[in-house]
Amino acid sequence: MQVKDALDKYGRSPDKLIGAMLAYQNSTPCNYLTEDDIREFAKETGLPESRVHSVASFYSLLSTKPRGKYIVQVCYDVPCYVNDSLNLVKELERMLKAKMGETTEDGLFTLEYSSCLGCCDKAPAMQIGENLYGSLTKEKLSDILTEYRRKRHE
Amino acid sequence: MNMVNLTINNRAVSVPEGTSILHAAKETGITIPNLCYHPDQEVKANCRVCVVEVEGAKTLQAACATSVKEGMVVRTNTKKVRDSRKVVIELLLANHDMNCPSCSKNNHCGLQEIAANLGVRESRFQNVLEEQEIDTSSPSIVRNQNKCIKCGRCIQMCNQVQGLAILDYIGRSDSAQVKPAFGWYLADVACVACGQCSVVCPVAAITEKEDIEQVWEAINNPNKTVVVQTAPAVRVSLGEEFGMEPGEIVTGKLVASLRTLGFDKIFDTDFTADLTIIEEGHELLQRIQEGGTLPMLTSCSPGWINFIEQYYPELLAHVSSCKSPQQMFGALAKGYYAQKIGVDPQDIFSVSIMPCTAKKFEADRDEMSVDGENPDVDVVLTTRELAKMLRQAGVDFNKLEEEEYDAPFGLSTGAAVIFGATGGVMEAALRTVYEVVTGKTLESLDFKAVRGLEGIKEAEVDLDGTIVKVAVAHSLSNARKVMELIKSGKAEYAFIEIMCCPGGCIGGGGQPFGGTDELRLKRIEATYRADTELPIRKSHENPAIKKLYEEFLGEPLGEISHHLLHTHYHSRKH
Repeated sequence: MQVKDALDKYGRSPDKLIGAMLAYQNSTPCNYLTEDDIREFAKETGLPESRVHSVASFYSLLSTKPRGKYIVQVCYDVPCYVNDSLNLVKELERMLKAKMGETTEDGLFTLEYSSCLGCCDKAPAMQIGENLYGSLTKEKLSDILTEYRRKRHE
Repeated sequence: MNMVNLTINNRAVSVPEGTSILHAAKETGITIPNLCYHPDQEVKANCRVCVVEVEGAKTLQAACATSVKEGMVVRTNTKKVRDSRKVVIELLLANHDMNCPSCSKNNHCGLQEIAANLGVRESRFQNVLEEQEIDTSSPSIVRNQNKCIKCGRCIQMCNQVQGLAILDYIGRSDSAQVKPAFGWYLADVACVACGQCSVVCPVAAITEKEDIEQVWEAINNPNKTVVVQTAPAVRVSLGEEFGMEPGEIVTGKLVASLRTLGFDKIFDTDFTADLTIIEEGHELLQRIQEGGTLPMLTSCSPGWINFIEQYYPELLAHVSSCKSPQQMFGALAKGYYAQKIGVDPQDIFSVSIMPCTAKKFEADRDEMSVDGENPDVDVVLTTRELAKMLRQAGVDFNKLEEEEYDAPFGLSTGAAVIFGATGGVMEAALRTVYEVVTGKTLESLDFKAVRGLEGIKEAEVDLDGTIVKVAVAHSLSNARKVMELIKSGKAEYAFIEIMCCPGGCIGGGGQPFGGTDELRLKRIEATYRADTELPIRKSHENPAIKKLYEEFLGEPLGEISHHLLHTHYHSRKH
C-alpha cells in the first residue's frame, strides 16, 4: 500500500488522517511511519509536517520507530495493575528477551504498554494486533506466543 | 449584555456573561497565577496553575477555562488551592533546568515569579530532567528544551498568527516535547526567525540569541569607532522594561542611555527609513511608469523576506530591491561615514538596536556587506538585550536626561517614526509619492485607512487622476492570503506593505515580553503621537537626506544607491 492509496481510501481531510495513517502503517513490514511517510502525508493532506508528526507521535497505535510484526500491548491501567500486570510484563520480557518498548531480535514482537483496553473484568489483559487476551497467566502467555511464532510462517 | 452575579472570596462581583473566572477575579483585584493562558490565544488549560475552588464542583476548576455562572461561589485562596498550585509548580520544576541565576530570563520568568509568589521553597520531587542539546543553530533565536514547560503558547503563535507551524508537540503526556517536526534544528526548517514564539514564551525555552558580549568588547576596544542605530519601534517600547507604562515615548532617554553605555555615535534608523522612502518611492514610480512588476512589495521586514524566499519564491520579482533601513544604515556607516570621518571601515563597529530577532539573521546575510568581507551591521541587539545591557551597567533609565541624536544620521521625520507600526511604511510612502507625482502639497498627512490592527487593510490614492490602490498586511498568515491573491491575479494593487509581525515592528519578536494586542495598540498610539510631535513629517523634506543626495548619492536609484542601498533576494525553498 502507498500513502496515496491509504488517503484515497480514507479521504484527505484532517479528521481522516489517523485512520489513513493506521491503515498505511499496518501494511508496512515494520509497523511504523518513517519521516518520509509523514512528510508525504503532510504534502498530500496540506497539513503542516509538524502537525502530522505530532499526531503520529501522540497516539500509541501509531509508531515513528520500527516495530515487530506483532505488537504486544499490555494494559497499564489500574484494574490490570492490581491484578498483577507488572509480573505479567516481567514474564513477557523474560520470554521475549526484550524489554518494554523493545523489539525481539527476530523482529517478530514489540512489547508496549497500552491504556485501558476496556476488559477490566478479565484483568490483567493485553492485545496483539486486533486480538484481545484476558485473565492472563504465565501458562496462557506461553501458549499465545507459541501460537504467533507458529503463525509467522503462514 | 447579560450580567452574571457571583462571589469571589466572599466578595460580590458582577461581570458580563461568558467571562472566565480568571477575568472576573481580576475585576475584584485578585490575580490568579497562570502559565499557559494568553489573552489573545485559545484557552489551553493545560498548565493547571490557575485552579480555584468552585462550590458544588467535585474537583478544582481551571479559572481560565471556566465561565462564570449566576450565583457561583469561587474561592481562589484556600489551602486546597494553594497546595494544588504548589504541586503543579513543583512538578514543573522537577522536569526543569533550574539554573535561575544564570538564566537569560532571570527575573522575567513566569515560572520563577509564580514559584516565588506561592512560596515554593523546595521541590519534594526528584529532578528527572533528561538534559537535551540546546538548539543554537539559528542566528536569531535559541531553543532550550530543558526549560520548556510545554504550555503551547509558542505553538499557537507560530501556527495561528504566523501560519507557519514550525513548532508542535511531539509525543504525549510526560514525554511530550515542543519541537520542529522530527526534532530538527531551527536552521534546518522553514522558520523565518521572527521570534514571535519568544515573545509569548513564559520561560526561557525560546529566547533571542544574546549578542551583548560582542558589543561590550567593541566598546572597550579603543581602536573601534562604535556607531549605533535605533529602530523606530524601540522608542515606544523600551520604557516598559524599566517599569514605565506601555506607550511611553522614550527617544531622548534612549539616546542618553546609549551614550552612557559608551557608544561613540548615536544615530537613528529613522534617518535611513526616510532614505528608504525616497528610494522605494522612486522605484514604485519607475515600476508604474515603465511597466515593471506590480504590485510592488515592501522589503523592510526581514522575517517577511525569509517568508517569501522560503514559501513564495516565485513572487520575488514583486519585492522592492531596497535594502531595509537597518541595512541601508549599515552600508552608509561603512561605505560613506567611515570615509567622511577618516576612519578605516574595518575600524567602524556598527550596532543596531532592533525590535526584531530576524534582523540578526538579516545582518548575517552574505548580501549585506559593502566590501564583501565584513558585515555592514556587525551586531544586532533586540530591545530586550539593550535593556539587559543597561541593567548590567547599572543605568537608572528613568533618571536619564533626554539627549539628541548625533549628526549626520540623527535627523529624521514623522514619516520615518511610523515605520514601526503596521501601515506606517505605506503611509510614509504615500506622503512622499503623492507630492512628488502631483507637485501639490498634501492637505492631510494622515492616511487613516492603513492604520490599526485589522489584518489586511486597503486604500486608494488619487495621484492627479490616476487612482492607485494599495494594501497593507501584517503577520504572516495575512501575508499568505495576499500572496495567494497575487498568484490568482486578483491583486489590483500597485503597492503592498507587508510586515512579518502582528502590529508591525512595534510587535516585533525582540520587543519586551507579553505580545498582546492591548500592548500593541498602546505602542501604535505612541508611534502616531511621536509622528505628530515632529516638526517635519515627510521623508522628502528631511534636509539631512537632501544633503546626503547632494554630497554623496547623487540621485535616487542612481549608481551609488544601486551599489549601497539595493539588493536582490533568492529562493530558499525547502
